[in-house]
Amino acid sequence: MSLDVDVDHRRGSFHLQARFTAAPGLTALFGRSGSGKTSLVNIVGGLIRPDRGRVSVDGQTLVDTGNGVLVKPHRRRIGYVFQDSRLFPHLSVRRNLLYGRWFARGSGGAAADLGAVVELLGIGHLLERNPESLSGGEKQRVAIGRALLARPRLVLMDEPLASLDESRRAEILPYIERLRDEAGVPILYVSHSVAEVARLATTVVIMTDGKVTAVGPVLDILPLADANDGGAVLDATVSRHDETFHLSVLHSAAGELQVPRLNAAVGAHVRAYIRARDVMLSLKPPEDISALNVLAGRIASITATGGAQADIRLDCNGAVLMARLTAKSVDRLGLAPGRPVYAVVKSVSFERS
Amino acid sequence: MTAEEWTAVRLSLLIATTATIFSLPLGIAIAWLLARGRFWGKSVLDTLVHLPLILPPVVTGYLLLLSFGRRGPIGGFLAEEFGIVFSFRWTGAALACAIMGFPLMVRAIRLSIEAVDQRLEAAAGTLGANPLWVFATITLPLCLPGILAGSILAFAKSMGEFGATITFVSNIPGETQTLPSLIYTLTQVPGGDAAAMRLTLVSIAISMLALLGSELLAKRIGARRQTA
Repeated sequence: MSLDVDVDHRRGSFHLQARFTAAPGLTALFGRSGSGKTSLVNIVGGLIRPDRGRVSVDGQTLVDTGNGVLVKPHRRRIGYVFQDSRLFPHLSVRRNLLYGRWFARGSGGAAADLGAVVELLGIGHLLERNPESLSGGEKQRVAIGRALLARPRLVLMDEPLASLDESRRAEILPYIERLRDEAGVPILYVSHSVAEVARLATTVVIMTDGKVTAVGPVLDILPLADANDGGAVLDATVSRHDETFHLSVLHSAAGELQVPRLNAAVGAHVRAYIRARDVMLSLKPPEDISALNVLAGRIASITATGGAQADIRLDCNGAVLMARLTAKSVDRLGLAPGRPVYAVVKSVSFERS
Repeated sequence: MTAEEWTAVRLSLLIATTATIFSLPLGIAIAWLLARGRFWGKSVLDTLVHLPLILPPVVTGYLLLLSFGRRGPIGGFLAEEFGIVFSFRWTGAALACAIMGFPLMVRAIRLSIEAVDQRLEAAAGTLGANPLWVFATITLPLCLPGILAGSILAFAKSMGEFGATITFVSNIPGETQTLPSLIYTLTQVPGGDAAAMRLTLVSIAISMLALLGSELLAKRIGARRQTA
């Protein structure tokens, strides 16, 4: 699957001018609110007609203003999971789920049967319920299932977790991960949460004021994502659980990490997000400190942010780690590119921002 | 009750039912146009639909007589081409009732269509439903209470319609003599007071039953939605 977007759209003083190609997996559209993410997704889904440009999925042109092509939303076979789940109030959960399936008959696409989707999303016990009686998290899972059962070529998710509280988000994230890894349907995911993107994305498209400012694999792009809240993503696997202290030990390219007990099986793949301001640097291996995680690395580059601070990019055995220090500390320790250092990681986050 | 009175009651029920059933599809279509359409002349259509509510019923009846009468442009055409005659027939009474009840019906349905969340319709579209299917499976079921309310209003209006009916199709026993026409006739003859009273009670009873029935149906729809 491939999604090619190249559009130009004006709405009042806002000018959306975006061009990117999405690879298989989950592509995150990341940016502040008002950066044009939702408009872009609506253009792909057919809810907004762009002033100029082209959109194509798998080589089929959906929009080409130059040649007067504008495929109607119901013919695009693009699933859409809205921020407000938009379940049909007069239909049961089961009939909501099956709504799109009837129209998808004979259209091929990703085979999806009710049983498999229900199992994937853990919504079997909700089938006979009325949508209004569901919790926010349950509603979003049903909405995701409904989109999947219409056999889409591509699923759009517009901040599907934005209206949920933290614990509900944590409840849905694993399902979206499974969807990404098991359902084989590419996903275009809108978010302004670094942590969500870090955890879910394969590819990241960063948007600023209606323009695409960076596109690439999440591990390369995310460190640049947000000047106020820089950080780095580490790919890791769970190597064991330490039940005595309620910890999980993760193995990553940068070294071993000990984190509060994760609800994941040994061998499971997880993504750790380490914020730049949670990393301290030391020239010698630190002794007798409370932090559990110390990673050895080498300074790759130092970027002065103009004020009192500097961003240090570390190379820890091939993995990137970001640290934010004061310019004074950089000077005092004599930090320079190439210098070996020890990174003391104060905290590691997984899904929380 | 006398046979004449029974006939009037039956005729009134037949006319009101026919008027409601036949005006409903057009009522839904016009209500949808007014709620969702964006076209030139929308306010003209809106005014036209509401006109029977504002005009004196006699005027509406007279206009019907002019256009749908045997010699009227529409009436003459229908009679010649299709053999359909409205003037001085019960079908004419139904036509008059349908037109008089139409504004009430359209108003109720329009309000309920406007209340339907268009974001749900957009969601149905992304699931592959074309606009007609979206209307049939999302919009229509969601505005069912409004359709029901509009139908009951139109039915009740038809049961009580007098001015336009008597002007257009007169007051012929067994053909166009509805409940209100008969009550009117009875009040004009000496000794008709008792019969007029009886029919008034019947009239009240029918209206209340219709209202009660609609309440029950509305509750049922609500309940089905809760357990669905």
